[in-house]
Amino acid sequence: MNDRRPLIAPWAVVAAVFVALWVAKAVAQDASSLMNDDKQWVMPAKNYANTRFSGLKQITSANAGQLHVAWTFSVGSNHGQEAAPIVVGDTMYVVGAYPNELFALDATTGDLKWKYSPRVDPASQGEACCDVVNRGEVYDNGKIFFNTLDDHTVALDAKTGKEVWAVKLGEITKGMTLTMAPIAVKGKILVGNSGGEMGIRGWVTALDENSGKIVWRAYSVGPDKDVLIGPRFHPFYPDAKGKDLGVKTWPPGRWEVGGGPVWGWLSYDPATNLIFYGTGNPGPWNSNQREGDNLWTTTIFARDADTGEAVWADVLNPHDLYDYDEINENLLLDLPIAGKPTHVLVHPGRDGFMFVIDRQTGQIYSADKYDTQTSMSAFDLKTGRPVMNPALKPLLGKNISGICPASPGAKDWQPTAYSPMTHLLYIPHQHLCMDYKTGEVGYIAGTPYVGATVDMYAGPGHYRGEFAAWDLTKRKKVWAIHEKFPVWSGTLVTAGNIAVYGTMDRWFKVVDASDGKLLYQFHSPSGYIGQPVTYQGKDGNQYIAMLSGVGGWAGAIANAELDPRVRTGALGYTGAVGDLPAFTSGGSTLMVFSLGGGHAGH
Amino acid sequence: MRATSLAASLLMMAPAAAGTLRVCSDPNNLPFSNRAGQGFENKIADLVARDLHDNVAYTYALQNGKFIQHTLKAHKCDVVMGISAGADDLDTTRPYYASTYVFVSRKQDALALNSLTDPRLRKLRIGVHLIGDDATPPTMALGQEGIVDNVRGYMIQSDFDRPNPPARLIEAVEKKDVDVAAVWGPLGGYFAKGAPVPLAVTPMTGTERFAPLRFQFAIAMGVRKGDGKLRAQLDAVIAREAPAIRNILAAYGVPLVDLKGGTDDG
Repeated sequence: MNDRRPLIAPWAVVAAVFVALWVAKAVAQDASSLMNDDKQWVMPAKNYANTRFSGLKQITSANAGQLHVAWTFSVGSNHGQEAAPIVVGDTMYVVGAYPNELFALDATTGDLKWKYSPRVDPASQGEACCDVVNRGEVYDNGKIFFNTLDDHTVALDAKTGKEVWAVKLGEITKGMTLTMAPIAVKGKILVGNSGGEMGIRGWVTALDENSGKIVWRAYSVGPDKDVLIGPRFHPFYPDAKGKDLGVKTWPPGRWEVGGGPVWGWLSYDPATNLIFYGTGNPGPWNSNQREGDNLWTTTIFARDADTGEAVWADVLNPHDLYDYDEINENLLLDLPIAGKPTHVLVHPGRDGFMFVIDRQTGQIYSADKYDTQTSMSAFDLKTGRPVMNPALKPLLGKNISGICPASPGAKDWQPTAYSPMTHLLYIPHQHLCMDYKTGEVGYIAGTPYVGATVDMYAGPGHYRGEFAAWDLTKRKKVWAIHEKFPVWSGTLVTAGNIAVYGTMDRWFKVVDASDGKLLYQFHSPSGYIGQPVTYQGKDGNQYIAMLSGVGGWAGAIANAELDPRVRTGALGYTGAVGDLPAFTSGGSTLMVFSLGGGHAGH
Repeated sequence: MRATSLAASLLMMAPAAAGTLRVCSDPNNLPFSNRAGQGFENKIADLVARDLHDNVAYTYALQNGKFIQHTLKAHKCDVVMGISAGADDLDTTRPYYASTYVFVSRKQDALALNSLTDPRLRKLRIGVHLIGDDATPPTMALGQEGIVDNVRGYMIQSDFDRPNPPARLIEAVEKKDVDVAAVWGPLGGYFAKGAPVPLAVTPMTGTERFAPLRFQFAIAMGVRKGDGKLRAQLDAVIAREAPAIRNILAAYGVPLVDLKGGTDDG
């Protein structure tokens, strides 16, 4: 930037123009700059703060009713499509569910530029717990980065689709898969693993974006040296203070397979150079065989982006009993706390609490219930621990009903969006409770056992999903739209004052960001569990894109031919969405909407 | 690959496929089955096919929690050879054997361990299988007793590159990594039989106080829900061939128990 000087001679003008172009190009290659350009959408979360807010305002609450389909594209694999397409310059990149083909399209016309077909090990399908999803790709410095189900992180030349590198980060035969969307921070690609029920050890790994070489790896369980806990670690709450708690809060050796996978979202705060993310549930032992807090599962970590060193950690669900992963997104916002503008992290918890946490210290300022919550009566801000409801503790031999939220939580991976204009957080989420029932006989690898099965169903009010707007300052729900099925799609919000989401029964929906009024809906090829993005095409039109294709944990019944008569299929989710096949089948179609552009009408 | 394409072509030929018993099996899980057809479920499938004057065609898939969904329900086969009697996402035949969880220990240690309430279990190093979200009955029972620190877990399905992943638990007894394995009988009986170190296999008793946990299970063949015709055929074969089935199970060291009447109380 310092190269722009007053110009004095023609040759200098030419040189300066070249330099300026070169600088502009260098800047424009870098995701951390591109994410501020609302014409593009270069990472699934839109920006490091994970707000999924776009300043585009061609499509507004006044004209959204005139939206129409501009073009569509099939990613060709009828599994759950959770990925966000991203847009860099004129090109859209989108990855499908297994077998994880990645496509480059003209973002305005939908013309196919190239596709990359990895040879993903088919055995990986058997390992993924909950459908073979992929949550997206990320752009940085001329390359596209994404994960394949069989544990590879791949870097592609963004122009040509040529593979630059592909590294294998784990073994599917040991239960590990990769489903999350990586994030690019300062020349590193951060990747987390999946497989909490399969006896894996969760981690985040930073790869050099040019070589794919591992720069650092931070485990979620185990001794401090593996968790990268050192002199910089200053947790706020006492239960996180002590040496080697990732070992000591487990019975001997249990941590070695303790889980705590990192399959959700990472945020980054350039001002403090910290990354933030949550870890998944403990596994694979049943809870009576893993006495203790089981650190650092279901924990939010703040780490140095360069070294991975932990700076603080909040253990949200010590000794998790309900599969409340805390991998949900963390939005980095500035909110007034006790009248003072404060740098906070907002974590809409899987356990049903809306956590507002100090980004520097880890202090939890508030934890309000944003959906029906019976398994924990409150969250104690003094101790940083939930107050458990002992009557709802799952015990084999006891049938327990009315546990809310159910295992997928009040909200699962599906990311929220925040508008700095309305100051509202938009929450796509489920509204499910569950019963633990003892006595079902399972049979794996020839070995029978009596398991507790989970039966999920609509929470109070007889609806299963909700799109809610939450006022972070007043700490309450402002409005909510009830949906028949869990709202398993992500969302976005724009300066045009619209919010976008999709439903499992195939509706693409645009609502007024102020009051939730429905402005536009489109009945699509398959149900939505994807993430909407918006961008401006080279024709000047604003577009909104989202993959349709139901599946995931919630939608497995519609695309996997589970028997809806068996309410406890798909780890209990079948009961909650047993009527889904009457509304949708699997699919794989990218839907792109605009007011005027694309090939509509041709 | 051959089996898959054979199954696919048979699917197209249906229903003229009478004459072929289409079986879904785990490719790497002795003593039950493997790709080379060396498991007792393979032998019993051969026996059934012979009785019905059929051929056997296999589709192989990992027998995890999605096995039934990806095989039987996906119409890749018509029968699975082993499933808990009364399992509720498919129809099961009459049980053709019942077995029990067992203790497997080194003979030289002369533990003579048979009860789940034996106080020595608080001290001995015990190996158990881990399943994932669920747990085997001994794992649950030991946890209930507060027996935790001396219990080691072995993922029942891991390291598929090696033969018969569940066998790691028995090998741990041989290698003295643990003193005793609390394991499902057919696995314990079979691997103890071929072990390089003499092993003792004792059926688990003293289990009553852990109800509703069960330690004995009846095993049947499974067919798709509503496939009553095949189920009736298989029921008839199981009755006719009972002595031959018993011989096969005995040859594999499967500990058998008699579950009178209580076969599908799951």
